[in-house]
Amino acid sequence: MRKEYLKLDKVEGPLIVLSGVNNVSYGEMVSIRIDDEEIRKGKVIKIEGNQAIVQVFEGTAGISTSNSAVAFTGELMSIPLSKEILGRTFNGTGEPIDGSYQIISSVRENINGRPINPVARKYPRNFIQTGISPIDALMTLIRGQKLPIFSGNGIAHDELAAQIVRQAKIKDADSDNFAVVFGAMGIRHDSADYFMKSFQVSGVLDHVVMYVNTADDPIVERISTPRCALTAAEYLAFQNDMHVLVILTDMTSYAEALREISSAKEEVPSRKGYPGYLYSDLSTLYERAGMLKGKEGSITLIPILTMPNDDITHPIPDLTGFITEGQIVLNRELSQKGIYPPIELLPSLSRLMKDGIGADYTREDHADLAAQIYAAYSRVQDVRSLSQIIGEEDISDVDKRYLKFGRELENRFISQEDHENRSMIETLDLGWKLLSILPVDELDRVKLEYLQKYYRNEGE
Amino acid sequence: MNGNEGYVREINGPVIKGVNMGSFKLNEMVTVGSHKLIGEIVSIEGDIATVQVYEETEGLRAGEKILGTGNPLSVTLGPGMLGNIFDGIQRPLQRINSISEYFIPEGIGLLSLDDEKKWEVHLVVKSGDRVQAGDVYATVQETLSITHKLMVPYRMSGVVVEANYDGLYSLNESIVVLERENKEQICLTLSSKWPVRRPRPVKKRISIYKPLITGQRVIDSFYPIAKGGTVGLPGGFGTGKTMTQHQLAKWCDADIIIYIGCGERGNEMTNVLEEFPALIDPRTQRPLMERTILIANTSNMPVAAREACIYTGVTMAEYYRDMGYDVAIMADSTSRWAEALREISGRLEEMPAEEGFPAYLPSRLAEFYERAGCVETLGGEEASVTIIGAVSPPGGDFSEPVTENTKRFVTTFLALDKKLAYGRHYPAINYLTSYSGYIHILEDWYNENVSSDMMKLRAKMMRLLQEEDKLNEIVQLVGEDILPNDQALVLETARMIKKGFLQQNALHKEDTFVVLKKQYMMLKVIDVFYENALLCVKMGIPVSTIRKQDILQDILKMKYDVPNDQLDLLNRLMERITETYQSIRQKYE
Repeated sequence: MRKEYLKLDKVEGPLIVLSGVNNVSYGEMVSIRIDDEEIRKGKVIKIEGNQAIVQVFEGTAGISTSNSAVAFTGELMSIPLSKEILGRTFNGTGEPIDGSYQIISSVRENINGRPINPVARKYPRNFIQTGISPIDALMTLIRGQKLPIFSGNGIAHDELAAQIVRQAKIKDADSDNFAVVFGAMGIRHDSADYFMKSFQVSGVLDHVVMYVNTADDPIVERISTPRCALTAAEYLAFQNDMHVLVILTDMTSYAEALREISSAKEEVPSRKGYPGYLYSDLSTLYERAGMLKGKEGSITLIPILTMPNDDITHPIPDLTGFITEGQIVLNRELSQKGIYPPIELLPSLSRLMKDGIGADYTREDHADLAAQIYAAYSRVQDVRSLSQIIGEEDISDVDKRYLKFGRELENRFISQEDHENRSMIETLDLGWKLLSILPVDELDRVKLEYLQKYYRNEGE
Repeated sequence: MNGNEGYVREINGPVIKGVNMGSFKLNEMVTVGSHKLIGEIVSIEGDIATVQVYEETEGLRAGEKILGTGNPLSVTLGPGMLGNIFDGIQRPLQRINSISEYFIPEGIGLLSLDDEKKWEVHLVVKSGDRVQAGDVYATVQETLSITHKLMVPYRMSGVVVEANYDGLYSLNESIVVLERENKEQICLTLSSKWPVRRPRPVKKRISIYKPLITGQRVIDSFYPIAKGGTVGLPGGFGTGKTMTQHQLAKWCDADIIIYIGCGERGNEMTNVLEEFPALIDPRTQRPLMERTILIANTSNMPVAAREACIYTGVTMAEYYRDMGYDVAIMADSTSRWAEALREISGRLEEMPAEEGFPAYLPSRLAEFYERAGCVETLGGEEASVTIIGAVSPPGGDFSEPVTENTKRFVTTFLALDKKLAYGRHYPAINYLTSYSGYIHILEDWYNENVSSDMMKLRAKMMRLLQEEDKLNEIVQLVGEDILPNDQALVLETARMIKKGFLQQNALHKEDTFVVLKKQYMMLKVIDVFYENALLCVKMGIPVSTIRKQDILQDILKMKYDVPNDQLDLLNRLMERITETYQSIRQKYE
């Protein structure tokens, strides 16, 4: 029997403090027995001499300074892993919540993982066809990439994520080596249900592992949820050679949980009250995506976050954008116009795209086409603001064509049905069709040979 | 080991406190706990010392031992650095990967340069020679393009009493024995150590006078960087900081490049590792990797080592500078380094200043940038260290503390602009808000080496761009058609400068690197167009006619169509422009 400590110094927020402890290690797991009825888990987050500060996963409600017995387990936080996790649902600490059996395995991995050595990484190059035109053509998703969706409350990011999961086509991946890991932090029950249903309908449920922490679950578990999910993803990708698509939602709830705990620890806050280590903390999650040399599998990470007040400069989207390899930005105005997916092109980008497209992967004109659509659409914004002032009648003919191009691009290219699955070639051809609205000498980002091959002068 | 021993008392992430540590020194390197985690002492108060640990502290217990090494945090300097990739405290990542595959474990110990590899050493001193600090005693051909010079360490001088023959030696073998004034004998090997936080000494600083040629038009022609200068490169995410840093690392004409990936993405370092060995340096015809040292402390690696990586990099740079080389450092990004300072400062419970950053942020930034400079080395050679620091301002807001303070200490400021990036105008360096304090200093050099009217042309183009900016405000209100002809021409020319000159395609074979002569001639072409068109406008010829000429496309495409070694094509282009507009004018007369 382990030594149990029966007296606490302090209970505050998600933390308990106890003293007189010896030989406790930083990060060690703690088991807390309350009134001999209930057992909760905790983790040592600070040691000061013989005093330990413990963060309690299931919350501290009902704990007094004298009704609990605390035992230190001597172990760091880890979860058991086997291929049987596929098709299962767990909570934020890796306990099954689907009413089925416990996972028993000799493989246990620390949920914090370890940093991937940069020299061991394989540079991601193969694109994933999502069947969604703006993504495939303009912000191509690459296998092993981390590409977040920046959204706002009430915008269709869940639908978009579900569509990506449904339609994502990875070359040489089939149902045997393809898996989805879904980490939900602080999301509403209906949102969790939506994902569950959509996985069911598309028949991928057997390949999905879910780690779910809903909005009314303890916030401390919210911190471990994405870590459990990514640990499972690493296991599937690097020990079982699977291609894993990880969806983490909602990163904003995660960051808020981090802030709540940080302030309970009385740490010095930085921007908007978030802890100074928010960047480092987010990066230890996002950087777990990637590919390794000599390994078949891959982790592609799509974190979803709702921008508070639709503000892209808010610390959460801002720091995320600095770590991830691009971003897909959703826009409220487009959403209200009824455009789905409401992707705002100009701030969206995929940094790994340049090495994963072109003649060897998609088609030779892809890069030029994308650059041209971006440049033209950027011009559309200028023309729009001009035409609002002087009226559409008075702008030049070229500018009128730009307006038409902008409208068509939004209605036919960006917009598509949520079950519509366009092939890469269809998408690229559609892009050319729309560019052909513009006069040929406006297309200065495209090589002449591609113009000759693909430009159709329909605007005349 | 000097026998000092303390005990862990407090653990708070990467910051720990130990007791029984009164005899430790500030900045001393220590090993912590049974895993021998590497740390550095950052403060001592009585018996208690605070240690920042460069590795993950999870699993560490109170009461574990802290052992002193007696030395401050240092790097090992010697052959074997070029072409290699290190973490923030100079541990070779390839070697770590061979010990522990794929993931970086803690407690791997203090690794450094390969001490088994034999190097071909050529001795340049003989018995009886009198040498002093900074003199070269042997050379090693470290890569085919770089000769590594072994120099007598600082504060050391004497007579060579023993010099080995040329041959193969490993890093720690003695090749020269020196007798000092006090008869003490010192063995000189292929390597030496230097504490990273202390600048390496030089004979004197000299004034900056030559540019660092980057082959990037907006930089070389508009906002030049000097050898020995300092550059701040701020930009929000997605504006192309890393791309710009990569372009500089690839093409700038420094002898040695030190690329510090400080708290950035892992895949970016992998990209450099894959790309650089395949790229050929246009000047030496050798793979670029042979002149490059990479330091990678990606964002998910321990935060304390991120704080150290900047110093590790600049110390290596100074070492190669002391051999007489021009060294350029790309630090991507200094904001992550500042955040590491903030994070550690927070854990030390220091009083925060602006936005939680410690009050010493400006002085640390100044210390770092001041390690750049053009110098005369102890050995009497002219050499330089240039520092190019990327800054990642939160939300792209340049008024935040790191950008603001960086601005105070750098001379060239290349502001990356979100709006330009959204329009895919790359490099997205804002041509109006950027500045370079080196323009006047370098004027003589440009006049002598490029052309006497290079700087005048630059000023003229800048004027046009500024005028366009003002005109644009009007255009946004009333549309372009209302403008009088001469103003419409300014817009047209400014557009040409932007599209035909400032925008540069890093992925295009001819456009990724442009020689100065071509940059100058391209400006000249635009100028010839402007002057010719201006004559037309004065005769009342509408700008729409001027714009309609096919030759405009040729001007816009000259960046792609004219290779660096066929500049005569540009002379012909100028002739054709003159002819085209002359004939238009003749028709009007």
